[in-house]
Amino acid sequence: MKKSKSPYFFIAPAVALLLVFSIIPIFIAITISFTDMSLAGLADFSRIKFVGLDNYLNIFNDKVFGQAMFNTAYYVVIGVPLVILSSLALAIMINFGENKFFSFMRLVFYSPSITNTVAVSVVWMYLYNPTIGLLNHLLSFLNIGPIMWLTDPSTSKLSLIIIAVWKAIGLNMLIFLAAIQGIPKEYYEAAEIDGANKWQQILKITIPLLKFSIFFVTVTTLIGWFQFFDEPFVMTKGGPLDSTLSVALFIYQRGFQYNKFGYAAAGSVILFIAIIIVTSIQMKIQTKQKENEG
Amino acid sequence: MNSHKNAQMSFKLFIGILLGVLGIMTFFPFLWMIFSSFKTNAEINQIVPSLFPKDATFDNFKELFFRLNFGTYLKNTLIITACSFIGLLLNAMAGYGFAKFDFKGKNGLFLMVLATMMIPGQVTMIPVYLLLNSVGLTNTLIGIVLPGLAGAFGIFLFRQFMNTISNEMLEAARLDGASEWYIFFKIILPVSRPILAVQGILTFIGGWNSFLWPLIIANDEKYYTLSVGLQLLQGQHGSNYALQMAGATFMVIPILIVFSIFQKYILQGFNVSGIK
Repeated sequence: MKKSKSPYFFIAPAVALLLVFSIIPIFIAITISFTDMSLAGLADFSRIKFVGLDNYLNIFNDKVFGQAMFNTAYYVVIGVPLVILSSLALAIMINFGENKFFSFMRLVFYSPSITNTVAVSVVWMYLYNPTIGLLNHLLSFLNIGPIMWLTDPSTSKLSLIIIAVWKAIGLNMLIFLAAIQGIPKEYYEAAEIDGANKWQQILKITIPLLKFSIFFVTVTTLIGWFQFFDEPFVMTKGGPLDSTLSVALFIYQRGFQYNKFGYAAAGSVILFIAIIIVTSIQMKIQTKQKENEG
Repeated sequence: MNSHKNAQMSFKLFIGILLGVLGIMTFFPFLWMIFSSFKTNAEINQIVPSLFPKDATFDNFKELFFRLNFGTYLKNTLIITACSFIGLLLNAMAGYGFAKFDFKGKNGLFLMVLATMMIPGQVTMIPVYLLLNSVGLTNTLIGIVLPGLAGAFGIFLFRQFMNTISNEMLEAARLDGASEWYIFFKIILPVSRPILAVQGILTFIGGWNSFLWPLIIANDEKYYTLSVGLQLLQGQHGSNYALQMAGATFMVIPILIVFSIFQKYILQGFNVSGIK
């Protein structure tokens, strides 16, 4: 390959944008997190005071932040496995058939992924409505309910998880499906001759060969759930009783509603560190698996 | 052998039925939304709901455009979506640069690009707002579009795809004296059609659905996007489900149409099964 300046021209615009709007902002966020920056500081930088670790000390004593951390952990622990298992299962099922019906199903399962959270929340707010909502109406035929989906702290998190999983399946299903279709057909033919049934083929051929896709989906899904924001923001505003408040929503509220930029920035730095830790654990597991395979 | 074939067939049928049922459950909220958008609000609020509207009406849609500002929101959303395609080109260029050249700092820079995927939007939100505020770009469409133009996921997918393009073809073009830009626009882009289609759809979806950033940056209603407008509607007409359903339907249908037209390209471009 030729060594010249031209590669830099190709990558420069995108890299510069990422630098200005992703990388540099981290350092700004870290800097702000050591100050008491607020709306007043926005108009006049001289009114910003350095406060050292105060924001961090305060935020760890903030009960609401603690609740937001707990909720986010809950979302991650329940949401990530649900998304991975259901999108993988659907991809394997869709891969069984090649006719129009199965490709139409692809579109059906993908449709929630591409639709806007605000639009989707309008529909789900109705479905979840305790009195006129469809879900409770259907459940009443089974003598269940009425469930107070979004207004009861004991069900509110799960209600949001249902919507988020429904939305997340499509994209991940497509990633799995593309990988499944890249597996050479000969492997299955050989297994069939050896008498392996479908279930054995899935466990011994499909899943092992999907390792990289599973890893990719796990990492992106983890990162996504750590930043869970849209659904609680649009549908519950973090309530009832902060039961759906995520760390991401906490940061947004402290920053843009209470104008406590310094405090919010400290929260965002903590979230970032949590994501780095969890992602690097994932990476470690992945490399270890590779080494074990020799 | 025949019974084996039969077992295969009935297994496939079982999977098909299972998928069908799950599919209906998945798509049902959309069906409900679409049908409800033609109902009157009184009908939606009935205790015993029915899927189909009794007297279908277009009033909800009329109200959105004639009484509320959905025309303006639509215009803004379309402008933002169109501008975000510049980002598509920048991502393609970067993907090509990373896939087909050796240069100093390549691995480090690519890692940096990938690392940006880990950065939560909430970390950059406040600093980017401050940056744009200091150059006077808050409350402008440029301020809405600019921060989202380049994206690590897009660059990564382009790189993955362009890795598979043969080097001989590029070397041959270089020997013939083709410039790097000529190679990029006349060889690389045409060959990359599948991935361009995928990225194009994702770009369209992203632009059309953009919500949080426009909400933060735009204070003036004349810069609102459809989703910000719909959120506003939810606040102001919280009990008017019919109107909200019409707004939601208007946001969802174009996406479904665009996607169903291009979906056959999506799968080809999504293969991330191996890092090359």
